[in-house]
Amino acid sequence: MQWVLLCTLPGFLALVWFFGWGVFINVAFATLLAVSAEALILLMRKKPIGLYLKDYSAVVTAVLLALALPPLAPWWVTTVAVLAAIVVAKHLYGGLGQNPFNPAMVGYALVLVSFPVAMTTLWTTPVPLLGAENLDSLGFLKTLQVIFLGANDLIDGYTMATPLDVYKHEISIATAEELTQKAVFGSHIAVGWEWVNLGFLAGGLVLLWRKIISWHIPAGFFAGLAVCSLVFGWDEDRYTPLHLHLFAGATMLGAFFIATDPVSAATSKLGKIYYGAGIGVLLYIIRTWGGYPDAVAFAVLLMNFAAPFLDYYTRPRTYGHRSARRGIK
Amino acid sequence: MRKLWDFHGGIHPPENKRQSTSRPIRIAGIPKQLVIPLQQHIGAAARAVVEVGQQVKKGELIADAVGAVSVPVHASTSGTIVATEDRPVAHPSGLSDRCIVLEADGEDLWTELQPCPDYKQLSTAGLLAKVRNAGIAGMGGAGFPTEIKLHPPKNDKVNALILNGAECEPYITADDMLMRERADWIVKGLEIMAYLLEPEEVFIGIEDNKPEAIEALRQATQQTKIHLVVVPTKYPSGGEKQLIKILTGLEVPHGRIPADIGVMCQNVGTAAAVYRAVRHGEPLISRITTVTGQSVRSPGNFETRIGTPIEFLLQEAGYQAESAGRLILGGPMMGFSLSHENLPITKTTNCILAATAEEFPDPLPEQNCIRCGMCEAVCPAELLPQQLYWFARSEELEKAESYNLFDCIECGACAYVCPSSIPLVQYYRFAKNAIRLSQAEHQKSDKARERFEFRKLRLEREQEEKAAKRKARAEAAAKAQAERKQREASSDTAANTGRESDAASKQAAVAAAVERAKAKRQNPAKQNPKESGQENKPLEQQLQLPSTEELKANIEKAKAKLEKVRAALTDAENKGSPTVDKMRAAVTKNEERLAAAELALRKASDAAKHTNAPSASENAPSAAERQPQVEKVETAASALDSEALQANLQKAEDKLAMMQGMLTDAIQENDPKKVAKLERAVEKNRERVASARKALNAVTDPVAQQ
Repeated sequence: MQWVLLCTLPGFLALVWFFGWGVFINVAFATLLAVSAEALILLMRKKPIGLYLKDYSAVVTAVLLALALPPLAPWWVTTVAVLAAIVVAKHLYGGLGQNPFNPAMVGYALVLVSFPVAMTTLWTTPVPLLGAENLDSLGFLKTLQVIFLGANDLIDGYTMATPLDVYKHEISIATAEELTQKAVFGSHIAVGWEWVNLGFLAGGLVLLWRKIISWHIPAGFFAGLAVCSLVFGWDEDRYTPLHLHLFAGATMLGAFFIATDPVSAATSKLGKIYYGAGIGVLLYIIRTWGGYPDAVAFAVLLMNFAAPFLDYYTRPRTYGHRSARRGIK
Repeated sequence: MRKLWDFHGGIHPPENKRQSTSRPIRIAGIPKQLVIPLQQHIGAAARAVVEVGQQVKKGELIADAVGAVSVPVHASTSGTIVATEDRPVAHPSGLSDRCIVLEADGEDLWTELQPCPDYKQLSTAGLLAKVRNAGIAGMGGAGFPTEIKLHPPKNDKVNALILNGAECEPYITADDMLMRERADWIVKGLEIMAYLLEPEEVFIGIEDNKPEAIEALRQATQQTKIHLVVVPTKYPSGGEKQLIKILTGLEVPHGRIPADIGVMCQNVGTAAAVYRAVRHGEPLISRITTVTGQSVRSPGNFETRIGTPIEFLLQEAGYQAESAGRLILGGPMMGFSLSHENLPITKTTNCILAATAEEFPDPLPEQNCIRCGMCEAVCPAELLPQQLYWFARSEELEKAESYNLFDCIECGACAYVCPSSIPLVQYYRFAKNAIRLSQAEHQKSDKARERFEFRKLRLEREQEEKAAKRKARAEAAAKAQAERKQREASSDTAANTGRESDAASKQAAVAAAVERAKAKRQNPAKQNPKESGQENKPLEQQLQLPSTEELKANIEKAKAKLEKVRAALTDAENKGSPTVDKMRAAVTKNEERLAAAELALRKASDAAKHTNAPSASENAPSAAERQPQVEKVETAASALDSEALQANLQKAEDKLAMMQGMLTDAIQENDPKKVAKLERAVEKNRERVASARKALNAVTDPVAQQ
């Protein structure tokens, strides 16, 4: 678990760099909240607190959740999300290892459907924190004010829609070429987002190299997303192109850090591939035809439902058996 | 370089073998008292053949094998038998078992041995007898009687004989040191086994972490056809099924044994023991045991007499009891903790691990499974350990079984990698035991039900037979009665009417009264021939021989009736009733009847005494009845025969199907050598099926015709 935390660092740093102190504050606040909530629940469940806190699972949940939240999300959004994740999605189901759904994504999905405005309009404009345009970025104290005191008058001009959102809604009235002129896409793929995703990709590769996660889920994930994108969305003037899908949203974070949560994923190798592919396909479907610009949370939660089913039908062949015994018996 | 295969999963735990390989094999001393268990092998426990107080020499038989699957036990040194009693033995549950306690005299004198300089002079049976009489059981751990493995059924041709020198478990070096120092024994023992089994190929499989042993074996196998195969170090490559996979690419099918695919595995220690038994006539009375761990000052390997207390052996290696944390029998992966040191070394004890608390800290508290799948990645049996864990935990035993729980070899790789420190193997053992228990209960209840149903069937059949007999008897009696009636009809009616008119003149009673009187008199006349056994008897005897029991019952009945009639008579006399005369007549009649019944009984018992089968030839119906019975017995015998043959056929067909399956697999794998081999095997099996079917037809056809 410590390795997972360590591997989120590149992506986290990129997020802070481009989207400001809000990300840092969110992560710190969520972690504090999650650990307290975990300790409290463990106390109520009469479990050894020290032992269970040492597994870092609450910290991982909090960090992944906070990384997914908008940088300027108000404190109560974070609070609701974290409590839903730790208390409801995790401990009400029996604690670590017993939860059928990814706790971080339960928390995220809850606040996304409950507070759509706060969740979609509070993404800061990607401005390098210590870059030349330093003056334009929101300072640490101001960010604290915004998050905890709701000083929303401070943030005018500092927020803007995410690139996936922009592309999805404006491609119907503009061509791809016109669209990519917009500031949010920058000179490469999407300002800031490309680095964030590269950061998470790097962290994910380290996880793979350390054998903390297996390649099956990310591979299935990318395959599902890429195939859909190439088959249905080949026309850049009508659909979001593949490179935006891969590098503009929460794709890398989802593929390497969220979908690979072992507790709620399928367990057999083949099952993991199907599971990842399912997330990729659902991600594409919801992003393209659904009401939300990004959909990692929903895709993951939907596939969590399917995990036991996948496990039933993808049992490996045991030594000395000619074929695997599959299905429900 | 031979082609090697790989098995799924596996782990690389710290080897910790250096500690015990720095010193050569030492000969452990003779303890004062040796406790030699009678059950050190798989199968029936040996039966003690010595008495308390008896002097025995080293190597003398002290307990003989019982039945086919068993091995004898020998005295490990010379001395006196002081007891045959239950002593605690090395077992995970800490149970006690029958042991012979031998007090050593310290002289260590051998009994007379029968060496054999050239094993090829001996017949196969003679060689096998030598192995059996030497008490050799698989020394790798399971302890299966070696002699049984060395003469497989004719159908199971051994193509590949594999000598297992992988010794993959950490800490243990007993086989390693044996191979280093006594490679020639091993190779010669292997040659004897190969001579008996005539395999096409002979391998020695050894992990590449034992360069000295490899070199020693290379020297020893130079002039032989034995392939020395060095395999990569990976736990558990020393598992029988895993080593077979590595060396041959074949998998032992589920629920089968290696012999079913023409492979046999033997341990290097067993091979050395076979050599000593055949060449020098020495029974298996000692073995190499590793004593290691940080709690012993000079870890190493000891040639230890079977029955040596573990405590004694630990002292030999410089045991520091005060620093000891855990005492483990076997290795850290598959061994088990011992509760105390006063347990005997057996034929299968390969390692005593006396670890300090720092070396083997108490296991971390068990945490929740997070389904990380690391156990699945290392499982050499390609199971889903975490699913099995869930099922075992929630006691969903059927599901656990359907997830192939019984293919688990309990190697402990899953528990080793588990980040939540769950003692997975313990869960699997628990589930396996629970399933075995419920299966045994199921079988028991099935048997009870069968027994009950069979009994019901038998009772019903007996009832039917009885009813049929009764019916036949009744019919015959009715016929006889009808005949008699016809015969007696004329005279009887005349007499009756005479008496009737007499009565009419005397009393001049009303017609109704006359009618009644007539009826009264006719009734006894009617009953008379039926019940007065004397006249009827011959007839009844013809129909069937009444058993003495029946006759006795008749007597009882007659006696009871007589008693009743007598009582009625006294009653009537007291009251001065007019029926006294009639009553008296009845009493005499009943007395007569009783006498007749008694006579019949005497006759019957006499007849039974003279001829055992009472006149079967004269007795037509009885003979006819017996005839089908004899036939029934015959058909039952042939049915039994055909059942056995059917089972044979079934088995042969099973095997054929398996071979065909393996053949298709091999064709898919595109391995021409394997394909050719398997094709031959399939052909052979097909012939076997055909012959089994022929044998079955030969038996069943005549039955069908009958």
